[in-house]
Amino acid sequence: MRLIKAILLRLVTTAVTLFGVALIVFFVIRVVPGNPIAMMLPPGATDADVARLTALYGLDKSIPTQFLIWSTGVLRGDFGVSITNRQPVLALVLDHLPATLELSALALFIAVFLGGTAALIGTRLRGTRVEAAIDVGNGMALSVPDFLWGLVLILLFGVLMPLFQISGRITPSLTLPFSTNFYLVESVVRLRFDLTRDLLSHMIMPAMGLAIPLAAIISQLLKQSLKEVMHLDYVALARTKGYGETHVILREALPNAVLPTLTLVGVQFTFLIGGTVIIERLFSFEGLGNMAIDAVINRDLPLIQGIVILFAVIFTAVNLLVDLCYAAFNPRLRHG
Amino acid sequence: MGDGRIQVRRSAGARLWLSAGWLLFVTLIAIFAPWAAPKDPLAQDLFSGRLPPFWVQGADKTFILGTDSLGRDVLSRIIFGARIALAVALIAGTLTCLIGATLGLLAGFLRGWVDVVISRLIDIWMAFPPVLFSVLLIAVLGPGLFSIILAIVVIDWTRFARVIRAEAMGQGAMDYVAAAQVAGRSRLGTMLVEILPNVLPTIVVLLTLEMGIAVIVEAILSFVNLSISTDDPTWGGMIAEGRTSVHQAWWVLVFPLVTLFLTVLAFSQLGEGLKDRFDPVLR
Repeated sequence: MRLIKAILLRLVTTAVTLFGVALIVFFVIRVVPGNPIAMMLPPGATDADVARLTALYGLDKSIPTQFLIWSTGVLRGDFGVSITNRQPVLALVLDHLPATLELSALALFIAVFLGGTAALIGTRLRGTRVEAAIDVGNGMALSVPDFLWGLVLILLFGVLMPLFQISGRITPSLTLPFSTNFYLVESVVRLRFDLTRDLLSHMIMPAMGLAIPLAAIISQLLKQSLKEVMHLDYVALARTKGYGETHVILREALPNAVLPTLTLVGVQFTFLIGGTVIIERLFSFEGLGNMAIDAVINRDLPLIQGIVILFAVIFTAVNLLVDLCYAAFNPRLRHG
Repeated sequence: MGDGRIQVRRSAGARLWLSAGWLLFVTLIAIFAPWAAPKDPLAQDLFSGRLPPFWVQGADKTFILGTDSLGRDVLSRIIFGARIALAVALIAGTLTCLIGATLGLLAGFLRGWVDVVISRLIDIWMAFPPVLFSVLLIAVLGPGLFSIILAIVVIDWTRFARVIRAEAMGQGAMDYVAAAQVAGRSRLGTMLVEILPNVLPTIVVLLTLEMGIAVIVEAILSFVNLSISTDDPTWGGMIAEGRTSVHQAWWVLVFPLVTLFLTVLAFSQLGEGLKDRFDPVLR
């Protein structure tokens, strides 16, 4: 009963948060100087043309009225029409979302893999130079944000040792047999591994840039949790039973140390998704973030609103999911 | 055990001094930029565009770190760029700290409806992708140093508010606070005299970290070409130009990037080093 009440409360606060985001974005971008309508018309357009188009986009009404019209539209799934592309915002956003999702998922995978491996090696070889090196590496990786790691990677593996592609999502000359925008997933499903290779060659560096700081966080926290668990009696018991150190770490310590890290990964994942905005720009990766910056530069009000709302929905959804997972994994919270 | 602790302290001390040393160096260079820079950072010379740094074949030795596509001296632009980077770090960092820490302190100590309002605001802020939010704000405010500082303050106050709120809440539950209240101190007095000194170390650490973040945000906004005017030398603007010509002139990207990297690293290591210094367990 208490769990249901807690979930309902979370849903209500989530709704309030999303409404707040919508309200702030809506009003902030309407203070933007520069008339987007005048920008989209050819130079010879008359004032009457501008006025007619302004009315068409509803920009002649008062701001509260515009908000009312827009928000009732959103509730029906209508986010308006992009001013620069003249396509429905929802379609545009959904077109670019898969690229960003695939990039974030790959980055998360790399971060968990690198961070987890580093933590396990550091624990297995604790007290040695390897552990010290891992600690220093973690400190460095955490000190510098994704944007700078992306640039460092461009220099190292794009210029110095040109192993990977540094711009775009896929080589433009390739003909694509895809029917969705989840290119990576589809290339695997269709067994077109040549395309998978090309996609990964474009995605690996932006994904690494996003993953490095998160990998360090995972490594640090997991190592800390493992260290605490390793002192407990049941671990000592497993040792006296004659299990090797690696077995003790993987089978006995890890399952009990992993929960705090899981929760943190969830929260940090939202930061990673936020980081895609600048990383996509840096690597000219055609995802949601890159489109968002273009939309701001072009003063495309409906598109900006749509993208920001979508990001906010993703963020709050991830946070909600993390909390639910935490409740599901943690028996103390379930019966509390 | 004791040895380990001494070792931690020694390496923490080294990184504290190294970071502080680098930041002092950058600060001095920024202050004395007109004397430190070998050339005029704005002077264009289209006949000497994209000259490599001095040790590479074909270099003009007077352009020590080479030139960009417009023939401007890379080293001088980095030196003058330090002025903008540090000004943003100092002003934006301090303002963000003042506003964020105040709100966090109020929410954590007063609780009640103040806490509800501030916490809800923090939740809303956390649902914005920060880079997109800052780009949006610059589009609204127009480019310029003032806009960048304002954007950083508007976006990053939650970093302070969240942590200080939690700390103030923890301190507020302690006996010494109750004792002060019993002794007749006012709520505001308790907050300023009892709670604030105890959360001050955390505030100092966060402020140092925030300065590093401010340098990055300025670079990101210059990179997206929304920061200051394109002529002004900023590290981010130089990096943006270097990114487009990375295959023809790597030095335009490498030198500002290394400077930015070291500066951000120094702020962050200084913050972490201070955190260890303040930590009573390690002391």
